[in-house]
Amino acid sequence: MENHVQNTFDFIIAGGGIIGSLIARELTKTKNRVLLIEKEADIGMGASGANSAIIHAGYDPRPGTLKAEMNARGNKLWEETASLLDIPFKRTGSYVVAIGGKEFGSLEPLYRRGIANSVPGLCILQREEFLTKEPLINQTASGALYAPSAGVIDPFMAVIAAAENSVKNSATILTGTELLDLIVIDNKITGIKTNRGEFFTRWLINAAGTGSAKIMHMAGVRTEFNIRPRRGEYLIFDSAKISLNNVLFPVPTDKGKGTLVSTTVHGNVMIGPNSVEMDWPGRTETSEEGLGDVLGSALKLVPSLKARDIIAQFAGLRSSGGDYKDFIIEIPAGIKGMVNVTGIDSPGFASAPAIAERVMELLTGAGENFKFKKDFEPVRKASPCFHRLSHKEKAELVRKNPAYGRIVCRCEEVTEGEVIDAIKSPAGATTYDGIKRRTWLGTGRCQGSFDYPRVIDIMSRELGIKVTEITKKGAGSEIVFRHTKDKEGG
Amino acid sequence: MKDIYDVLVIGGGPAGLAAAIEAKKNGALDVLVIERNGEAGGILHQCIHNGFGAVLFNKDMPGPSYAEYFVREAEKFGINILTDTAVIDMTASRHVYANNIISGFVELEGRAIVLAMGCRERTRAQIRIPGTRPAGVFTAGMVQRMVNIEGYMPGNRFVILGSGDIGMIMARRLVLEGAKVERILEAMPFLTGLRRNYVQCIKDFGIRLDLGRSVSGIIGDKRVEAVRTVQVDESFFPVPGTEETIECDTLLVSIGLIPENELSRKAGIDLDPLTGGPFVDDKMETNVDGIFAAGNAVTIYDIADYVSLAGYTAGKNAAIYAERLKSGNTAPRHPNMFKINCGYNVRSIVPQYVSPETLSGNGFTLGLRASRPIEKKVLMEVMTGSRVMKSYRENYARPAEMIIRKIKPDEWACPGMEETGELEIRLIEMDGD
Repeated sequence: MENHVQNTFDFIIAGGGIIGSLIARELTKTKNRVLLIEKEADIGMGASGANSAIIHAGYDPRPGTLKAEMNARGNKLWEETASLLDIPFKRTGSYVVAIGGKEFGSLEPLYRRGIANSVPGLCILQREEFLTKEPLINQTASGALYAPSAGVIDPFMAVIAAAENSVKNSATILTGTELLDLIVIDNKITGIKTNRGEFFTRWLINAAGTGSAKIMHMAGVRTEFNIRPRRGEYLIFDSAKISLNNVLFPVPTDKGKGTLVSTTVHGNVMIGPNSVEMDWPGRTETSEEGLGDVLGSALKLVPSLKARDIIAQFAGLRSSGGDYKDFIIEIPAGIKGMVNVTGIDSPGFASAPAIAERVMELLTGAGENFKFKKDFEPVRKASPCFHRLSHKEKAELVRKNPAYGRIVCRCEEVTEGEVIDAIKSPAGATTYDGIKRRTWLGTGRCQGSFDYPRVIDIMSRELGIKVTEITKKGAGSEIVFRHTKDKEGG
Repeated sequence: MKDIYDVLVIGGGPAGLAAAIEAKKNGALDVLVIERNGEAGGILHQCIHNGFGAVLFNKDMPGPSYAEYFVREAEKFGINILTDTAVIDMTASRHVYANNIISGFVELEGRAIVLAMGCRERTRAQIRIPGTRPAGVFTAGMVQRMVNIEGYMPGNRFVILGSGDIGMIMARRLVLEGAKVERILEAMPFLTGLRRNYVQCIKDFGIRLDLGRSVSGIIGDKRVEAVRTVQVDESFFPVPGTEETIECDTLLVSIGLIPENELSRKAGIDLDPLTGGPFVDDKMETNVDGIFAAGNAVTIYDIADYVSLAGYTAGKNAAIYAERLKSGNTAPRHPNMFKINCGYNVRSIVPQYVSPETLSGNGFTLGLRASRPIEKKVLMEVMTGSRVMKSYRENYARPAEMIIRKIKPDEWACPGMEETGELEIRLIEMDGD
């Protein structure tokens, strides 16, 4: 994000997802120079920006696995992390809904697994009790497993908040920066080669999601291990048309936790994901069959969902480790100066703070003698979110800064002031989608039809670039090609 | 700026301005129009094509000229227009919360309110087109604004989905700006826009239109590279073996409009699922007393003139309501309104309610849309119970074209109709010619 950056660091983190960002934040607590690189035009554009937005309770992973341990611990840590970083997070609780008598029988093993994983507060609800909790549920539901510690989070804001806080505490973040090769001297990683030149470091932390196996292979580590991306597709509903009280899961199968029905922190009902195995690197496109399956499965839980109320769709890729079913968080043998965080599929987001914590423990265990800064600022305050304010607060905000007086997104009620905040913030937006993730504009029922021309003009002014240089999500995704009356390509 | 107005009009397009003018003409003293854009006129400013004014002025005007007429009239009548202002909230007690950079966040009250927010476009997501999410998937109206107002060209090679009026008009516009329109696709087996636009925008410009074909996927990671298309049957199921990939850099989605009613919901106004807008009576009053509605916020009109005519009705009645309120005479609405229901081949009707007083008094204007096209003589029948009370002949019925009928006093009358309380209208194909 700066043109001239230093090129020597103590830690370089490859991958600007939730894990990379939280690791960066942990490391900025210490007296070390930290660089985070992200190959896309913005942070949080991979799996962290396209998932179920659920902080899972932790009854699902097999007891004894790293997943089970990280999920339960991460779930607990999110409370404090979200509060310090001002991330929208609600402990809504979740239900695994059994339909029919046979499925009711499978709640008990799940319950026992949750107890083994130290998941707090689990209980099995009988039909009558459960039906009162969620009026829209399929009336043939036979009962549910209730997990009070599950929650919903704003996954975009979580990544952005962690990154902003890291930058505030003097980390450097470089977007549009892809790791191309490692610099290895005497079997120790001393630096990396990127499309933006070489950077030197004592440690490389590989948190590159779907790209993480490739980086490991550069170091000759786990050459047999590969990421097998599993695509999950989702549908979002108009918040004005349907709302639900709870996060609802079907009874899980061997393919995973199944298609869930939840209400996001923004108030939209979201359904998904399915699970489609793909060859690396995978593609985040939706398919007719996939979306049909998602809708079909969700209708089993909530029969009153209406296809005509759908306002958006997306697909994400889980960075699964294929047959290796657990997370990998390790300092690999065979090369020095590397930490691998890979195979992080679900429940990766829920586990993220615990994974960052574990990485710090591994580094300490490897002899890293961390000295902690006295001036670390743990708190990050979100910039104003106009539509969440009361009438009185709105009036006060506009009085202080008239830029909040101009609405640029009518559905989500986002103001020009918020767009400027998104651009000017520490890990600020440089793309249209970046502004969308930070302000939530363009996500409503008109899907940006109203805001696009307005936002383009604000971006051009605030970023000091031509309208034709503005992109949706990085180079190659320019929105405006030319001015009218210009010749094609002119 | 005052805190309380006789008539507050939300939206300064062809419906809102007409409503404000007519309110003023009918005795409202303080009338304020709240407009979210920098100037009044609404969507008309980006409609630089002609075809406006035929009904009201017997002229063929471009959109901005049509808008200018109303803006000038509004100025002449001393109507205040608050531009660059978004209405954020509204209550059933007619309090309105608006936001702009000059006055800030303000609370206003209307003795009567006219809702004239217009409409929005349906998007890709509403028909669940799968694929990637690159730059270059836009709604036609947004591109119309970009091209005609901002002067931006958001693509060079276009595929347009939807044969509605905006889609066809934009096809011509883009060709005139040097772009290539590779294809217009229409999932329906028939044209959904006006015939005249087909002739003037598509046929005359040699653009290919495929009926019964839709987009089945979007290809391209950063920017649209191509769209997958497929023929669909009448139930919109893809016909195997008819897939065709069309290279393009932009997909323009022109698949219909939806009345904009976020504010109406906040004020507890009942919406008709058939029109997407508020249920209104012959005075264009919603179920909430003193809140009227007009134009595309009520139902999607085919012609702007009818939008303004509905605005006149709403504005006049809003002024009467405000006057009554001031004089302390808040006579309740007629308790026994007739509900007008959609019968065979009728997709939607406005107004949905009519009072017996209006039927015997001034009469009213009825607007309806057909569900399916009938390209021969059609009988429009008004039923009370199982009896045909009145019938009208139409030369044809096309979903794209609204059927508008001025109902004269006592034209709908029949012994015993008050007992049923409901009327029904149907469109029936006539045998023979």
